Amino acid sequence: MIDLYTRRRIANATGLTISVAAMAFGLFWLCWILWTLLGRGLPALTPIVFSQMTPPPGSSGGLLNAIFGSLMMTIGGTAIGTPIGILAGTYLAEFGQRGWLAPITRFINDILLSAPSIVIGLFVYEVYVVHVKHFSGWAGTLALAIIVIPIVIRTTENMLRLVPSTLREAAASLGAPQWKIVSFVTLRAARAGIITGVMLAIARISGETAPLLFTALNNQFWNSDMDQPMANLPVVIFQFAMSPYEDWQSLAWAGALLITFSVLTLNILARVLFRQSASTH
Amino acid sequence: MNAENIVKPRVTVRDLNFYYGKAQALNNINLDIAEKKVTAFIGPSGCGKSTLLRTFNRMYELYPKQKATGSIVLDGQNILDKNQDLNKLRAKVGMVFQKPTPFPMSIHDNIAFGVKLYQSLNKHDMEERVEWALRKAALWDEVKDKLTQSGMGLSGGQQQRLCIARAIAVKPEVLLLDEPTSALDPISTAHIEKLIDELKEDFTIVIVTHNMQQAARVSDYTAYMYLGDLMEFGDTSTVFTNPKRKETEDYITGRFG
Repeated sequence: MIDLYTRRRIANATGLTISVAAMAFGLFWLCWILWTLLGRGLPALTPIVFSQMTPPPGSSGGLLNAIFGSLMMTIGGTAIGTPIGILAGTYLAEFGQRGWLAPITRFINDILLSAPSIVIGLFVYEVYVVHVKHFSGWAGTLALAIIVIPIVIRTTENMLRLVPSTLREAAASLGAPQWKIVSFVTLRAARAGIITGVMLAIARISGETAPLLFTALNNQFWNSDMDQPMANLPVVIFQFAMSPYEDWQSLAWAGALLITFSVLTLNILARVLFRQSASTH
Repeated sequence: MNAENIVKPRVTVRDLNFYYGKAQALNNINLDIAEKKVTAFIGPSGCGKSTLLRTFNRMYELYPKQKATGSIVLDGQNILDKNQDLNKLRAKVGMVFQKPTPFPMSIHDNIAFGVKLYQSLNKHDMEERVEWALRKAALWDEVKDKLTQSGMGLSGGQQQRLCIARAIAVKPEVLLLDEPTSALDPISTAHIEKLIDELKEDFTIVIVTHNMQQAARVSDYTAYMYLGDLMEFGDTSTVFTNPKRKETEDYITGRFG
Protein backbone atom coordinates (compact mmCIF):
# COMPACT_ATOMS: atom_id res chain seq x y z
CA MET A 1 0.00 0.00 0.00
CA ILE A 2 1.50 3.31 -1.05
CA ASP A 3 0.73 6.22 1.24
CA LEU A 4 -1.12 9.31 0.08
CA TYR A 5 1.94 11.52 -0.04
CA THR A 6 3.92 9.15 -2.28
CA ARG A 7 0.93 8.75 -4.57
CA ARG A 8 0.69 12.50 -4.96
CA ARG A 9 4.37 12.75 -5.74
CA ILE A 10 4.02 10.12 -8.46
CA ALA A 11 0.96 11.87 -9.91
CA ASN A 12 2.84 15.17 -9.87
CA ALA A 13 5.89 13.69 -11.60
CA THR A 14 3.72 12.00 -14.24
CA GLY A 15 1.76 15.20 -14.93
CA LEU A 16 4.92 17.24 -15.20
CA THR A 17 6.54 14.73 -17.59
CA ILE A 18 3.50 14.72 -19.88
CA SER A 19 3.38 18.53 -19.92
CA VAL A 20 7.06 18.87 -20.74
CA ALA A 21 6.76 16.22 -23.46
CA ALA A 22 3.82 18.09 -25.02
CA MET A 23 5.79 21.32 -24.98
CA ALA A 24 8.83 19.62 -26.51
CA PHE A 25 6.63 18.14 -29.24
CA GLY A 26 5.33 21.58 -30.20
CA LEU A 27 8.72 23.24 -30.00
CA PHE A 28 10.31 20.51 -32.10
CA TRP A 29 8.21 21.37 -35.17
CA LEU A 30 8.61 25.08 -34.65
CA CYS A 31 12.40 24.72 -34.48
CA TRP A 32 12.43 22.49 -37.51
CA ILE A 33 10.41 25.03 -39.50
CA LEU A 34 12.70 27.88 -38.43
CA TRP A 35 15.81 25.77 -39.12
CA THR A 36 14.70 24.86 -42.64
CA LEU A 37 13.61 28.44 -43.26
CA LEU A 38 16.99 29.80 -42.18
CA GLY A 39 18.91 27.10 -44.09
CA ARG A 40 17.06 27.70 -47.35
CA GLY A 41 16.23 31.38 -46.97
CA LEU A 42 19.48 32.91 -45.74
CA PRO A 43 21.59 31.91 -48.79
CA ALA A 44 18.86 33.29 -51.06
CA LEU A 45 18.66 36.57 -49.17
CA THR A 46 21.02 38.65 -51.30
CA PRO A 47 20.98 42.42 -51.89
CA ILE A 48 19.42 41.68 -55.28
CA VAL A 49 16.28 40.53 -53.47
CA PHE A 50 15.76 44.13 -52.31
CA SER A 51 16.79 45.86 -55.55
CA GLN A 52 15.26 43.94 -58.45
CA MET A 53 11.79 42.93 -59.60
CA THR A 54 10.43 39.40 -59.67
CA PRO A 55 12.10 37.71 -62.65
CA PRO A 56 10.70 35.59 -65.46
CA PRO A 57 11.63 31.93 -65.12
CA GLY A 58 15.30 31.16 -65.73
CA SER A 59 16.71 34.62 -65.09
CA SER A 60 17.83 36.23 -61.88
CA GLY A 61 15.80 38.82 -60.01
CA GLY A 62 14.53 39.98 -56.65
CA LEU A 63 11.36 40.68 -54.71
CA LEU A 64 11.34 44.48 -54.65
CA ASN A 65 7.92 44.88 -56.26
CA ALA A 66 6.44 42.22 -53.95
CA ILE A 67 7.99 43.75 -50.83
CA PHE A 68 6.69 47.17 -51.84
CA GLY A 69 3.22 45.84 -52.64
CA SER A 70 3.00 43.96 -49.36
CA LEU A 71 4.08 47.06 -47.43
CA MET A 72 1.55 49.28 -49.21
CA MET A 73 -1.37 46.93 -48.70
CA THR A 74 -0.44 46.10 -45.10
CA ILE A 75 -0.10 49.78 -44.22
CA GLY A 76 -3.32 50.57 -46.07
CA GLY A 77 -5.27 47.76 -44.44
CA THR A 78 -4.00 48.76 -41.01
CA ALA A 79 -4.74 52.44 -41.62
CA ILE A 80 -8.34 51.68 -42.58
CA GLY A 81 -8.99 48.90 -40.08
CA THR A 82 -7.40 50.35 -36.94
CA PRO A 83 -9.56 53.46 -36.42
CA ILE A 84 -12.76 51.53 -37.19
CA GLY A 85 -11.69 48.74 -34.85
CA ILE A 86 -10.71 51.04 -31.99
CA LEU A 87 -13.90 53.10 -32.26
CA ALA A 88 -16.13 50.02 -32.41
CA GLY A 89 -14.25 48.34 -29.54
CA THR A 90 -14.58 51.52 -27.48
CA TYR A 91 -18.31 51.57 -28.16
CA LEU A 92 -18.67 47.95 -27.04
CA ALA A 93 -16.69 48.45 -23.84
CA GLU A 94 -17.76 51.93 -22.77
CA PHE A 95 -21.10 52.85 -24.29
CA GLY A 96 -22.89 49.60 -25.00
CA GLN A 97 -23.94 48.53 -21.50
CA ARG A 98 -27.60 49.16 -22.20
CA GLY A 99 -29.63 47.92 -25.15
CA TRP A 100 -29.28 45.19 -27.76
CA LEU A 101 -26.88 46.74 -30.28
CA ALA A 102 -23.67 45.92 -28.42
CA PRO A 103 -24.34 42.22 -27.71
CA ILE A 104 -25.33 41.65 -31.34
CA THR A 105 -22.31 43.54 -32.66
CA ARG A 106 -20.05 41.55 -30.33
CA PHE A 107 -21.54 38.28 -31.55
CA ILE A 108 -21.17 39.18 -35.22
CA ASN A 109 -17.63 40.40 -34.59
CA ASP A 110 -16.74 37.06 -33.02
CA ILE A 111 -17.98 35.31 -36.15
CA LEU A 112 -15.96 37.67 -38.35
CA LEU A 113 -12.92 37.07 -36.16
CA SER A 114 -12.98 33.36 -36.85
CA ALA A 115 -14.09 33.59 -40.50
CA PRO A 116 -11.62 31.84 -42.84
CA SER A 117 -9.63 34.51 -44.65
CA ILE A 118 -10.39 32.94 -48.04
CA VAL A 119 -14.07 33.75 -47.46
CA ILE A 120 -13.12 37.39 -46.93
CA GLY A 121 -11.10 37.30 -50.16
CA LEU A 122 -14.05 35.87 -52.06
CA PHE A 123 -16.36 38.46 -50.52
CA VAL A 124 -14.19 41.38 -51.67
CA TYR A 125 -13.84 39.71 -55.08
CA GLU A 126 -17.62 39.52 -55.37
CA VAL A 127 -18.50 43.01 -54.16
CA TYR A 128 -15.52 44.99 -55.49
CA VAL A 129 -13.32 43.21 -58.05
CA VAL A 130 -16.29 41.96 -60.12
CA HIS A 131 -17.72 45.47 -60.32
CA VAL A 132 -14.54 47.32 -61.31
CA LYS A 133 -13.63 44.35 -63.52
CA HIS A 134 -9.95 44.11 -62.55
CA PHE A 135 -7.77 43.03 -59.65
CA SER A 136 -6.16 45.88 -57.73
CA GLY A 137 -4.10 46.95 -54.76
CA TRP A 138 -7.18 48.68 -53.32
CA ALA A 139 -9.11 45.42 -53.35
CA GLY A 140 -6.24 43.75 -51.47
CA THR A 141 -6.13 46.61 -48.98
CA LEU A 142 -9.86 46.29 -48.42
CA ALA A 143 -9.63 42.54 -47.79
CA LEU A 144 -6.79 43.05 -45.29
CA ALA A 145 -8.72 45.85 -43.56
CA ILE A 146 -11.67 43.50 -43.07
CA ILE A 147 -9.33 41.05 -41.35
CA VAL A 148 -7.83 43.79 -39.14
CA ILE A 149 -11.15 45.19 -37.91
CA PRO A 150 -12.42 42.27 -35.78
CA ILE A 151 -8.99 41.67 -34.22
CA VAL A 152 -8.67 45.31 -33.17
CA ILE A 153 -12.28 45.44 -31.95
CA ARG A 154 -11.73 42.41 -29.76
CA THR A 155 -8.42 43.55 -28.23
CA THR A 156 -9.65 47.13 -27.71
CA GLU A 157 -12.75 45.93 -25.90
CA ASN A 158 -10.81 43.46 -23.77
CA MET A 159 -8.17 46.01 -22.84
CA LEU A 160 -10.76 48.64 -21.91
CA ARG A 161 -12.56 46.09 -19.75
CA LEU A 162 -9.33 45.54 -17.84
CA VAL A 163 -9.37 49.21 -16.78
CA PRO A 164 -10.80 49.18 -13.24
CA SER A 165 -14.28 50.69 -13.01
CA THR A 166 -13.08 52.76 -10.04
CA LEU A 167 -11.00 54.80 -12.51
CA ARG A 168 -14.16 55.58 -14.50
CA GLU A 169 -16.00 56.45 -11.30
CA ALA A 170 -13.15 58.71 -10.20
CA ALA A 171 -13.31 60.65 -13.46
CA ALA A 172 -17.11 60.79 -13.35
CA SER A 173 -16.98 62.02 -9.75
CA LEU A 174 -15.20 65.17 -10.96
CA GLY A 175 -18.10 65.89 -13.28
CA ALA A 176 -16.42 64.77 -16.48
CA PRO A 177 -18.79 63.93 -19.32
CA GLN A 178 -18.50 60.39 -20.63
CA TRP A 179 -16.65 61.24 -23.84
CA LYS A 180 -13.95 62.93 -21.78
CA ILE A 181 -13.71 60.00 -19.38
CA VAL A 182 -13.26 57.65 -22.32
CA SER A 183 -10.83 59.68 -24.37
CA PHE A 184 -8.65 61.11 -21.59
CA VAL A 185 -8.76 58.42 -18.92
CA THR A 186 -9.78 54.91 -19.96
CA LEU A 187 -8.38 54.84 -23.50
CA ARG A 188 -5.17 56.29 -22.15
CA ALA A 189 -5.00 53.68 -19.42
CA ALA A 190 -5.52 50.91 -21.98
CA ARG A 191 -3.20 52.45 -24.59
CA ALA A 192 -0.37 49.91 -24.47
CA GLY A 193 -2.75 46.97 -24.72
CA ILE A 194 -4.55 48.49 -27.69
CA ILE A 195 -1.29 49.18 -29.54
CA THR A 196 -0.28 45.58 -28.87
CA GLY A 197 -3.54 44.44 -30.46
CA VAL A 198 -2.88 46.55 -33.56
CA MET A 199 0.61 45.09 -33.88
CA LEU A 200 -0.73 41.56 -33.63
CA ALA A 201 -3.26 42.42 -36.33
CA ILE A 202 -0.44 43.69 -38.59
CA ALA A 203 1.48 40.48 -37.93
CA ARG A 204 -1.59 38.48 -38.88
CA ILE A 205 -2.27 40.24 -42.19
CA SER A 206 1.34 40.37 -43.34
CA GLY A 207 1.24 36.62 -43.94
CA GLU A 208 -2.26 36.34 -45.42
CA THR A 209 -2.31 34.79 -48.90
CA ALA A 210 -5.86 33.69 -49.59
CA PRO A 211 -7.57 37.10 -49.43
CA LEU A 212 -4.92 38.59 -51.76
CA LEU A 213 -5.24 35.83 -54.39
CA PHE A 214 -8.75 37.02 -55.19
CA THR A 215 -8.09 40.72 -54.85
CA ALA A 216 -4.60 42.07 -55.54
CA LEU A 217 -3.55 38.98 -57.49
CA ASN A 218 0.05 39.56 -58.54
CA ASN A 219 2.17 41.68 -60.83
CA GLN A 220 5.50 40.85 -62.39
CA PHE A 221 6.48 44.48 -62.74
CA TRP A 222 7.04 47.48 -60.54
CA ASN A 223 3.69 49.03 -59.74
CA SER A 224 2.85 51.82 -57.34
CA ASP A 225 -0.67 52.37 -58.69
CA MET A 226 -3.05 50.95 -56.10
CA ASP A 227 -5.73 50.65 -58.78
CA GLN A 228 -3.70 48.01 -60.65
CA PRO A 229 -2.95 44.40 -59.74
CA MET A 230 -0.17 44.44 -57.20
CA ALA A 231 2.64 42.05 -56.37
CA ASN A 232 2.85 40.91 -52.76
CA LEU A 233 5.05 38.51 -50.84
CA PRO A 234 2.52 35.84 -49.85
CA VAL A 235 1.15 35.33 -53.37
CA VAL A 236 4.66 35.44 -54.89
CA ILE A 237 5.79 32.81 -52.40
CA PHE A 238 2.77 30.69 -53.25
CA GLN A 239 3.41 30.98 -56.99
CA PHE A 240 7.22 30.63 -56.90
CA ALA A 241 7.31 27.77 -54.41
CA MET A 242 4.95 25.72 -56.59
CA SER A 243 7.02 26.31 -59.71
CA PRO A 244 9.63 23.88 -61.08
CA TYR A 245 12.29 26.61 -61.44
CA GLU A 246 15.17 26.65 -58.92
CA ASP A 247 15.59 30.46 -58.98
CA TRP A 248 11.93 31.00 -58.20
CA GLN A 249 12.02 28.45 -55.41
CA SER A 250 14.96 30.08 -53.67
CA LEU A 251 13.28 33.51 -54.00
CA ALA A 252 10.20 32.00 -52.37
CA TRP A 253 12.38 30.89 -49.44
CA ALA A 254 13.85 34.39 -49.17
CA GLY A 255 10.35 35.86 -49.12
CA ALA A 256 9.17 33.39 -46.51
CA LEU A 257 12.14 34.29 -44.31
CA LEU A 258 11.39 38.01 -44.70
CA ILE A 259 7.74 37.59 -43.66
CA THR A 260 8.60 35.32 -40.74
CA PHE A 261 11.13 37.75 -39.38
CA SER A 262 8.94 40.79 -39.72
CA VAL A 263 6.12 38.95 -37.92
CA LEU A 264 8.57 37.78 -35.25
CA THR A 265 9.85 41.33 -34.79
CA LEU A 266 6.31 42.70 -34.47
CA ASN A 267 5.39 40.04 -31.92
CA ILE A 268 8.47 40.70 -29.82
CA LEU A 269 7.84 44.44 -30.03
CA ALA A 270 4.25 43.93 -28.92
CA ARG A 271 5.34 41.84 -25.94
CA VAL A 272 8.03 44.28 -24.86
CA LEU A 273 5.60 47.17 -25.10
CA PHE A 274 2.92 45.35 -23.11
CA ARG A 275 5.35 44.27 -20.42
CA GLN A 276 6.71 47.80 -20.05
CA SER A 277 3.28 49.27 -19.53
CA ALA A 278 2.27 46.44 -17.17
CA SER A 279 5.21 47.27 -14.93
CA THR A 280 4.57 51.01 -14.82
CA HIS A 281 0.83 50.79 -14.19
CA MET B 1 -34.09 60.46 14.05
CA ASN B 2 -33.07 63.46 11.94
CA ALA B 3 -30.84 64.90 14.61
CA GLU B 4 -32.65 67.98 15.80
CA ASN B 5 -29.33 69.31 17.09
CA ILE B 6 -27.97 69.95 13.58
CA VAL B 7 -28.10 73.69 13.22
CA LYS B 8 -27.36 74.21 9.56
CA PRO B 9 -27.96 71.25 7.28
CA ARG B 10 -26.15 71.28 3.92
CA VAL B 11 -27.79 68.15 2.56
CA THR B 12 -31.24 66.94 3.55
CA VAL B 13 -32.17 63.33 2.88
CA ARG B 14 -35.87 62.45 3.04
CA ASP B 15 -37.61 59.08 2.53
CA LEU B 16 -34.72 57.71 0.53
CA ASN B 17 -35.07 54.18 -0.83
CA PHE B 18 -32.48 52.48 -3.00
CA TYR B 19 -32.70 49.40 -5.17
CA TYR B 20 -30.15 47.13 -6.86
CA GLY B 21 -32.51 45.65 -9.41
CA LYS B 22 -35.31 44.26 -7.25
CA ALA B 23 -33.28 44.08 -4.04
CA GLN B 24 -33.88 47.00 -1.73
CA ALA B 25 -30.65 48.25 -0.19
CA LEU B 26 -31.80 51.35 1.68
CA ASN B 27 -35.07 51.64 3.58
CA ASN B 28 -36.62 55.02 4.04
CA ILE B 29 -33.56 56.99 5.13
CA ASN B 30 -34.01 60.42 6.72
CA LEU B 31 -30.89 62.33 7.58
CA ASP B 32 -29.36 65.82 7.67
CA ILE B 33 -25.74 66.45 6.78
CA ALA B 34 -24.35 69.46 8.66
CA GLU B 35 -22.48 72.19 6.82
CA LYS B 36 -18.69 72.29 7.31
CA LYS B 37 -18.78 69.33 9.67
CA VAL B 38 -17.68 65.75 9.29
CA THR B 39 -20.45 63.17 9.25
CA ALA B 40 -19.42 59.50 9.52
CA PHE B 41 -21.42 56.48 8.33
CA ILE B 42 -20.56 53.33 10.24
CA GLY B 43 -21.98 49.83 10.25
CA PRO B 44 -21.14 46.26 9.27
CA SER B 45 -20.37 45.31 5.65
CA GLY B 46 -23.41 45.35 3.42
CA CYS B 47 -25.37 47.70 5.67
CA GLY B 48 -25.76 50.28 2.90
CA LYS B 49 -23.40 52.99 4.08
CA SER B 50 -21.46 53.15 0.79
CA THR B 51 -24.72 52.89 -1.14
CA LEU B 52 -26.06 55.88 0.77
CA LEU B 53 -22.87 57.83 0.09
CA ARG B 54 -23.08 57.06 -3.63
CA THR B 55 -26.56 58.53 -3.87
CA PHE B 56 -25.18 61.97 -2.96
CA ASN B 57 -23.43 62.31 -6.32
CA ARG B 58 -25.61 59.75 -8.11
CA MET B 59 -22.60 57.60 -8.89
CA TYR B 60 -24.99 54.66 -9.15
CA GLU B 61 -26.21 56.10 -12.47
CA LEU B 62 -23.16 54.62 -14.17
CA TYR B 63 -24.74 51.22 -13.74
CA PRO B 64 -28.00 50.08 -15.22
CA LYS B 65 -30.64 48.61 -12.88
CA GLN B 66 -29.71 50.76 -9.88
CA LYS B 67 -32.24 53.32 -8.77
CA ALA B 68 -33.11 55.66 -5.91
CA THR B 69 -36.44 57.18 -4.85
CA GLY B 70 -37.22 59.93 -2.35
CA SER B 71 -35.38 63.19 -2.11
CA ILE B 72 -31.91 64.50 -1.40
CA VAL B 73 -31.93 68.27 -1.27
CA LEU B 74 -28.77 70.25 -1.89
CA ASP B 75 -28.97 74.03 -2.44
CA GLY B 76 -32.76 73.87 -2.53
CA GLN B 77 -32.80 71.35 -5.35
CA ASN B 78 -33.72 67.68 -5.25
CA ILE B 79 -30.64 66.08 -6.82
CA LEU B 80 -32.55 62.87 -7.49
CA ASP B 81 -34.71 64.81 -9.93
CA LYS B 82 -34.61 63.54 -13.51
CA ASN B 83 -33.66 66.99 -14.77
CA GLN B 84 -30.64 67.30 -12.51
CA ASP B 85 -27.50 67.70 -14.65
CA LEU B 86 -25.28 64.85 -13.41
CA ASN B 87 -21.97 66.40 -14.41
CA LYS B 88 -22.77 69.69 -12.68
CA LEU B 89 -23.91 67.82 -9.59
CA ARG B 90 -20.66 65.86 -9.47
CA ALA B 91 -18.62 69.03 -9.89
CA LYS B 92 -20.34 70.23 -6.70
CA VAL B 93 -20.09 66.95 -4.81
CA GLY B 94 -16.57 65.52 -4.93
CA MET B 95 -15.63 61.98 -4.05
CA VAL B 96 -12.56 60.00 -2.94
CA PHE B 97 -12.58 56.23 -3.22
CA GLN B 98 -11.35 53.31 -1.19
CA LYS B 99 -8.50 52.50 -3.54
CA PRO B 100 -6.31 55.28 -4.91
CA THR B 101 -7.31 56.03 -8.50
CA PRO B 102 -4.67 58.25 -10.10
CA PHE B 103 -5.32 58.91 -13.79
CA PRO B 104 -2.67 57.76 -16.27
CA MET B 105 -1.17 61.23 -16.64
CA SER B 106 1.24 63.54 -14.82
CA ILE B 107 0.68 64.68 -11.24
CA HIS B 108 -0.06 68.20 -12.48
CA ASP B 109 -2.53 66.99 -15.11
CA ASN B 110 -4.26 64.71 -12.60
CA ILE B 111 -5.27 67.81 -10.69
CA ALA B 112 -5.81 70.09 -13.67
CA PHE B 113 -8.13 67.54 -15.34
CA GLY B 114 -11.10 68.26 -13.10
CA VAL B 115 -10.45 72.00 -12.86
CA LYS B 116 -10.36 72.41 -16.65
CA LEU B 117 -13.80 70.83 -16.97
CA TYR B 118 -15.67 73.79 -15.50
CA GLN B 119 -13.21 76.67 -15.27
CA SER B 120 -10.87 78.21 -17.79
CA LEU B 121 -7.85 79.37 -15.83
CA ASN B 122 -4.75 80.82 -17.43
CA LYS B 123 -1.46 79.00 -16.97
CA HIS B 124 -0.43 80.99 -13.91
CA ASP B 125 -3.76 80.61 -12.12
CA MET B 126 -3.81 76.92 -12.91
CA GLU B 127 -0.36 76.47 -11.41
CA GLU B 128 -1.51 78.29 -8.31
CA ARG B 129 -4.59 76.11 -8.08
CA VAL B 130 -2.55 72.93 -8.43
CA GLU B 131 -0.18 74.10 -5.70
CA TRP B 132 -3.10 75.12 -3.48
CA ALA B 133 -4.76 71.70 -3.82
CA LEU B 134 -1.52 69.81 -3.26
CA ARG B 135 -0.72 71.92 -0.19
CA LYS B 136 -4.22 71.36 1.20
CA ALA B 137 -3.71 67.62 0.71
CA ALA B 138 -0.32 67.79 2.48
CA LEU B 139 1.43 66.45 -0.60
CA TRP B 140 3.09 69.54 -2.04
CA ASP B 141 6.48 69.15 -0.37
CA GLU B 142 6.80 65.57 -1.56
CA VAL B 143 5.91 66.18 -5.21
CA LYS B 144 6.74 69.83 -6.00
CA ASP B 145 9.84 68.83 -7.96
CA LYS B 146 8.17 66.11 -10.00
CA LEU B 147 4.84 67.55 -11.10
CA THR B 148 5.42 66.35 -14.66
CA GLN B 149 5.98 62.74 -13.61
CA SER B 150 3.22 60.17 -13.77
CA GLY B 151 0.85 60.01 -10.82
CA MET B 152 1.10 56.23 -11.03
CA GLY B 153 4.66 56.35 -9.73
CA LEU B 154 3.68 57.63 -6.27
CA SER B 155 3.28 55.40 -3.20
CA GLY B 156 -0.21 54.26 -2.15
CA GLY B 157 -0.55 56.91 0.55
CA GLN B 158 0.70 59.63 -1.78
CA GLN B 159 -1.67 58.47 -4.53
CA GLN B 160 -4.60 58.72 -2.13
CA ARG B 161 -3.59 62.25 -1.12
CA LEU B 162 -3.26 63.06 -4.82
CA CYS B 163 -6.86 61.88 -5.26
CA ILE B 164 -7.96 64.08 -2.37
CA ALA B 165 -6.10 67.03 -3.92
CA ARG B 166 -7.78 66.30 -7.23
CA ALA B 167 -11.20 66.23 -5.58
CA ILE B 168 -10.75 69.51 -3.69
CA ALA B 169 -9.06 71.32 -6.60
CA VAL B 170 -12.46 71.78 -8.25
CA LYS B 171 -13.65 73.37 -4.97
CA PRO B 172 -16.71 71.21 -4.41
CA GLU B 173 -19.27 72.04 -1.73
CA VAL B 174 -19.51 68.54 -0.35
CA LEU B 175 -16.71 65.97 -0.17
CA LEU B 176 -17.59 62.28 -0.03
CA LEU B 177 -14.92 59.93 1.34
CA ASP B 178 -15.59 56.21 0.80
CA GLU B 179 -13.28 54.36 3.22
CA PRO B 180 -10.40 56.60 2.16
CA THR B 181 -7.80 55.01 4.44
CA SER B 182 -8.69 51.33 4.36
CA ALA B 183 -5.89 50.54 1.89
CA LEU B 184 -3.28 52.64 3.68
CA ASP B 185 -0.69 52.14 6.41
CA PRO B 186 -1.09 53.87 9.82
CA ILE B 187 1.20 56.78 8.95
CA SER B 188 -0.65 57.65 5.75
CA THR B 189 -3.92 57.17 7.63
CA ALA B 190 -2.81 59.67 10.27
CA HIS B 191 -1.87 62.13 7.49
CA ILE B 192 -5.29 61.85 5.95
CA GLU B 193 -7.18 62.09 9.23
CA LYS B 194 -5.32 65.28 10.05
CA LEU B 195 -6.17 66.48 6.59
CA ILE B 196 -9.89 65.78 7.08
CA ASP B 197 -9.77 67.90 10.22
CA GLU B 198 -8.32 70.82 8.25
CA LEU B 199 -10.59 70.37 5.25
CA LYS B 200 -13.78 70.75 7.23
CA GLU B 201 -13.05 74.47 7.55
CA ASP B 202 -13.92 74.74 3.87
CA PHE B 203 -15.95 71.69 2.98
CA THR B 204 -18.88 69.64 4.17
CA ILE B 205 -17.49 66.13 4.56
CA VAL B 206 -19.18 62.75 4.65
CA ILE B 207 -16.99 59.73 5.40
CA VAL B 208 -17.75 56.02 5.28
CA THR B 209 -15.47 54.01 7.52
CA HIS B 210 -15.07 50.52 8.93
CA ASN B 211 -12.77 51.83 11.58
CA MET B 212 -14.71 52.80 14.70
CA GLN B 213 -11.80 54.72 16.23
CA GLN B 214 -11.48 56.69 13.02
CA ALA B 215 -15.15 57.66 13.12
CA ALA B 216 -14.74 58.70 16.75
CA ARG B 217 -11.59 60.68 15.97
CA VAL B 218 -12.58 62.60 12.87
CA SER B 219 -16.35 63.02 12.85
CA ASP B 220 -18.75 65.46 14.45
CA TYR B 221 -21.83 63.40 13.70
CA THR B 222 -22.17 59.65 13.33
CA ALA B 223 -24.81 57.54 11.64
CA TYR B 224 -24.99 53.85 12.50
CA MET B 225 -26.56 51.75 9.78
CA TYR B 226 -27.63 48.15 9.71
CA LEU B 227 -29.24 46.16 6.85
CA GLY B 228 -30.27 49.24 4.94
CA ASP B 229 -31.79 51.01 7.93
CA LEU B 230 -30.48 54.08 9.68
CA MET B 231 -30.41 52.78 13.25
CA GLU B 232 -29.04 55.76 15.11
CA PHE B 233 -27.83 59.21 14.23
CA GLY B 234 -26.49 62.04 16.32
CA ASP B 235 -23.49 63.75 17.87
CA THR B 236 -20.45 61.51 17.59
CA SER B 237 -19.73 61.85 21.30
CA THR B 238 -23.30 60.90 22.20
CA VAL B 239 -23.43 57.96 19.79
CA PHE B 240 -20.16 56.59 21.09
CA THR B 241 -20.57 57.21 24.82
CA ASN B 242 -24.29 57.05 25.34
CA PRO B 243 -26.01 55.32 22.39
CA LYS B 244 -29.79 55.23 22.48
CA ARG B 245 -30.04 51.73 21.06
CA LYS B 246 -28.67 48.45 22.25
CA GLU B 247 -27.63 47.44 18.68
CA THR B 248 -25.45 50.52 18.28
CA GLU B 249 -23.76 49.90 21.57
CA ASP B 250 -23.10 46.25 20.67
CA TYR B 251 -21.54 47.24 17.35
CA ILE B 252 -19.42 50.03 18.76
CA THR B 253 -18.11 47.95 21.64
CA GLY B 254 -17.24 45.14 19.26
CA ARG B 255 -19.76 42.61 20.50
CA PHE B 256 -21.24 42.44 17.03
CA GLY B 257 -20.17 43.00 13.43
